[in-house]
Amino acid sequence: MARAQRDYDDIPGTFVFDAERCRQGYPINTFCMSLMKDANRKAFKADETDYLKQFKMTPEQEQAILKRDYNRMLELGGNIYFTAKLGATDGHSFQHLAAVMTGSTQQDYAAMMLAGGRSVEGNRSISDKDRPAKTKSKSPAKKRK
Amino acid sequence: MARIVAGIGCSHVPAIGAALDNGKTEEPYWKRVFSGFEPSKKWLAETKPDVAIVVYNDHASAFSSDLIPTFALGCAAEFPPADEGWGPRPVPVAKGDPEFAVHIAQSVILDEFDLTIVNKMEIDHGLTVPLNLLCGKKAPNEEWPFKIIPLAVNVVMYPPPTGHRCHMLGKAIRKAVESYPEDLKVVIFGTGGMSHQISGPRAGLINSRWDKNFLDGLTKDPVKLTKIPHLEYMREAGAEAIELVMWLIMRGALADKVDEVYRFYTVPASNTAVGHIILENRMRAAPGGVTKIRRAAARAKAMDRRSAS
Repeated sequence: MARAQRDYDDIPGTFVFDAERCRQGYPINTFCMSLMKDANRKAFKADETDYLKQFKMTPEQEQAILKRDYNRMLELGGNIYFTAKLGATDGHSFQHLAAVMTGSTQQDYAAMMLAGGRSVEGNRSISDKDRPAKTKSKSPAKKRK
Repeated sequence: MARIVAGIGCSHVPAIGAALDNGKTEEPYWKRVFSGFEPSKKWLAETKPDVAIVVYNDHASAFSSDLIPTFALGCAAEFPPADEGWGPRPVPVAKGDPEFAVHIAQSVILDEFDLTIVNKMEIDHGLTVPLNLLCGKKAPNEEWPFKIIPLAVNVVMYPPPTGHRCHMLGKAIRKAVESYPEDLKVVIFGTGGMSHQISGPRAGLINSRWDKNFLDGLTKDPVKLTKIPHLEYMREAGAEAIELVMWLIMRGALADKVDEVYRFYTVPASNTAVGHIILENRMRAAPGGVTKIRRAAARAKAMDRRSAS
């Protein structure tokens, strides 16, 4: 069944980890939790494809993990607090993962944060209703009157 | 009787814990963050609470996606720090108050909040970082200066409880505390936030204006904040800013009128805006009440002066 559209799907660059993604991503997140144990980290590193078999993932989920495609993992039901454990297993800092997900270098990402972070202006809405959520529905209606 | 004297809102950025554990607190980047909590440490040392109820969220440490309780109250005698991938943080084991916690659980469940009771739980940075910010660095062989009752809230899987529900739970907690016969001084922490998004292509989002309005509302008009829909938190302040609903449990546990004793805000700590506020319950028309308010106001001014200099 296709994923139902939700109001928060209109937020750009964001995969909200909702109950549906939680169900779908259970194998990804269970795999990531397993990396809390050193023996499991070693087994995964020794043969990634073989280690993943026990979690009954879809081929898409498995590919996303093998390719370290963090955005795709989120889209397929992974949650950032879980997938960060995969990043840590690879020896990456959290900010490195954040930079990867935003498609920038860690240096550029860190500089953006120091300069006050990513602005919400222009980043609120895919459907171009880019104004604060509270006033969104009211102001255009007024103009039409 | 037990009584809640104050509420503390505080971010719980994991990198703050790492900076503390790795001796980076004097680096300019981190000094900017830690120095903002110096007045709060003094305030806490003067307030001397017996118990802290700490509203926080677990980050895939104690709870995997096997089990996702919306509200889980820690009723254990102690809560060890969790291994979040780099070994457990070098902090004391948090000592609980099982009798008091169970009293609160019974009271709020009968008030129609269906809590999960947890008798064994490890706690992660969501709880230990705010304790560090208010109490300073503590070695594993030391003790936190008060007993701790953790209240874990699901804000990881959507939907978390609504702001309104959180505020109402806070009120039920207050009632529970005030019906406990032991003479205890209680503070309540609301942790997490403020604006931040750490996942997906929009990661790094910060909205300081929105954060400031939230802090203002917390003091003056919390009921207005309880009407903020989840969509607004996520759209305006980042997907993970939804953690801020936990601050409304803290606010609900306080009196309607409070005095803002202290506030601190800085951007960034790693990927996140750090926000902090201390709210004291205004004493009812009891003898000495007015003096207490004046003292709180004077203290707030003194803190402002100190942090400005």
